[in-house]
Amino acid sequence: MKILVAVKRVIDYNVKVRVKADQSDVDLSNVKMALNPFCEIAVEEAVRLKEKGVAEEVVVVSIGPKACQEQIRTALALGADRGIHVESDVAPDSLAVAKILNKIVAEEAPQLVILGKQSIDSDNNQTGQMLAALADMPQGTFASEVVVDGDKVQVTREVDGGLQTVELTLPAIVTTDLRLNEPRYASLPNIMKAKRKPLGVKTPDELGVSIDSKVSVLKVEAPAERSAGVKVADIAELVEKLKNEAKVL
Amino acid sequence: MSILVVAEHDNKALNPATLKTLTAAQAMGDDIHVLVAGEGCADVAAEAAKAAGVAKVIHADNAAYGHHLAENLSALVLSIAKNYSHIVAPATTTGKNFMPRVAVLLDVAQISDIIAVESADTFRRPIYAGNAIATVQCAEAIKVITVRATAFDAVSAEGGSAEIETLDDVFASDKVSFVGEQVAASERPDLSAARVVISGGRGMQNGENFVLLEKVADKLGAAIGASRAAVDAGFVPNDMQVGQTGKIVAPELYIAVGISGAIQHLAGMKDSKVIVAINKDEEAPIFQVADYGLVADLFDALPELESALS
Ligand SMILES: Cc1cc2nc3c(=O)[nH]c(=O)nc-3n(C[C@H](O)[C@H](O)[C@H](O)COP(=O)(O)OP(=O)(O)OC[C@H]3O[C@@H](n4cnc5c(N)ncnc54)[C@H](O)[C@@H]3O)c2cc1C
Ligand SMILES: Nc1ncnc2c1ncn2[C@@H]1O[C@H](COP(=O)(O)O)[C@@H](O)[C@H]1O
Repeated sequence: MKILVAVKRVIDYNVKVRVKADQSDVDLSNVKMALNPFCEIAVEEAVRLKEKGVAEEVVVVSIGPKACQEQIRTALALGADRGIHVESDVAPDSLAVAKILNKIVAEEAPQLVILGKQSIDSDNNQTGQMLAALADMPQGTFASEVVVDGDKVQVTREVDGGLQTVELTLPAIVTTDLRLNEPRYASLPNIMKAKRKPLGVKTPDELGVSIDSKVSVLKVEAPAERSAGVKVADIAELVEKLKNEAKVL
Repeated sequence: MSILVVAEHDNKALNPATLKTLTAAQAMGDDIHVLVAGEGCADVAAEAAKAAGVAKVIHADNAAYGHHLAENLSALVLSIAKNYSHIVAPATTTGKNFMPRVAVLLDVAQISDIIAVESADTFRRPIYAGNAIATVQCAEAIKVITVRATAFDAVSAEGGSAEIETLDDVFASDKVSFVGEQVAASERPDLSAARVVISGGRGMQNGENFVLLEKVADKLGAAIGASRAAVDAGFVPNDMQVGQTGKIVAPELYIAVGISGAIQHLAGMKDSKVIVAINKDEEAPIFQVADYGLVADLFDALPELESALS
């Protein structure tokens, strides 16, 4: 079967973003960018399914500016076979991304689509669910285990109360949680090989999707900063302060 | 137009996140309807009808909704969506699962995880793991919104007397089925709603050592949380993870033990009223947000804390 993996270019998770002085947005100039960690896990899962002989081909798709091709190459170096870049200078919202992905799904007809559960920049946690509804495929979100068995896939999901397992009829959508797997590092030979793997470019226009959004950002502010409090010498002082100063005991 | 709040519950009782979501909904408009969809959940519907400010409860009872499968629940919500200006649910794993489907099938964008309502169409929400707060305006005809419950107070559970209407329509996808669940049974308060939370990190070294936290938690009536590193290492189950991609908590007292204070962890707890950190590394970033920091070995500090609270 064919697996499609959606990957997003985001700020590296180690970087602490700053808000621009004019409060129009966060400042992403000269900031290290990377593959969204949940997308990296999605790629890893797809590549493992290929290594197990469950899948024959892993196609990755990313939507965004030209620089996204770096993240597509990263995914190819991790073992994906082919890339699709949908080029758009404006960052589309999750609704538009889901519509674009739905067009790609119609063209590629994958049996399984794997996305991250959440982008660490927008923290939206929407796209996989939206794509599932549009493509009329069942969904297994926040997956910590994925087992393909014939024309079904069992997905164990991380939910507030613990774990839930659902069985989906393929084709289906899976979104990844952190414990699904631990992504590998790309080796140098694989990074070199990735440069020669095919990468096709399309535009939202060609796919017939408008990326206009009805949601506008009025302002982006820094959160209220917490300031460091005091150091206490020992447990006795801590308990005394919690009782008499903070009054929480 | 009316506002629809989709209740979070376990078929037996209303989850406290629903009462908090009702507060957010009241800031958007005043004719508030609550959908209680589940299996054998008549008690929940009755409970929702008593909540302050609820005008109507819509009760949909069927096996198809028993496990809150997103495919079925979203289809049900969609079937009544056109009557509403806002569709609102708590940003729990259930809300996160079905709400985006409702949005896309209405062809509208979703606003996730709001922490404040500025007006009926303008909301505030954290982005970049809470390192920035965006104010967004939504021009969609129907606004589909998930709510970060910890950012709102609960409405009173009593005082309302809403009518309960039943909805018999059944939406059951044949492409998905529930196989099973592992639900953590605990006598402790719910992590997301507890007044005191004590969390352990990688510094706990193993799962057995969490007993040290449990003993303190017993004294404080606290819920127990964990960092991702502690969950990843297999010390404790995933439902205990606090953070950007785990649970968001905002208790009156949060005690972080053997946790370094990575931004992803802070994203889940920095709105706590009082933060205590116990860490043997005085440079640990957790101290930058802690009201009270104790530089100590946790294996000494926890037994001492337990006896000091006795
Ligand atoms: C996409 C993404 C999402 C993430 N989401 C989350 C999330 O939701 N929640 C989360 O927590 N993390 C999350 N993380 C992980 C996060 O980046 C950190 O790796 C994690 O929080 C570290 O956990 P820790 O503080 O327990 O471990 P460490 O960073 O290893 O810290 C252990 C601490 O214990 C102290 N210690 C050790 N021994 C003792 C002792 N005997 N006594 C006292 N102190 C001791 C050490 O000094 C150290 O400060 C996420 C990461 C990514 C990439
Ligand atoms: N611009 C994009 N290009 C490709 N995939 C995306 C894009 N935006 C979101 N996704 C996918 O959707 C997942 C969830 O994103 P979100 O709904 O934005 O939190 C990500 O982990 C990706 O797998």
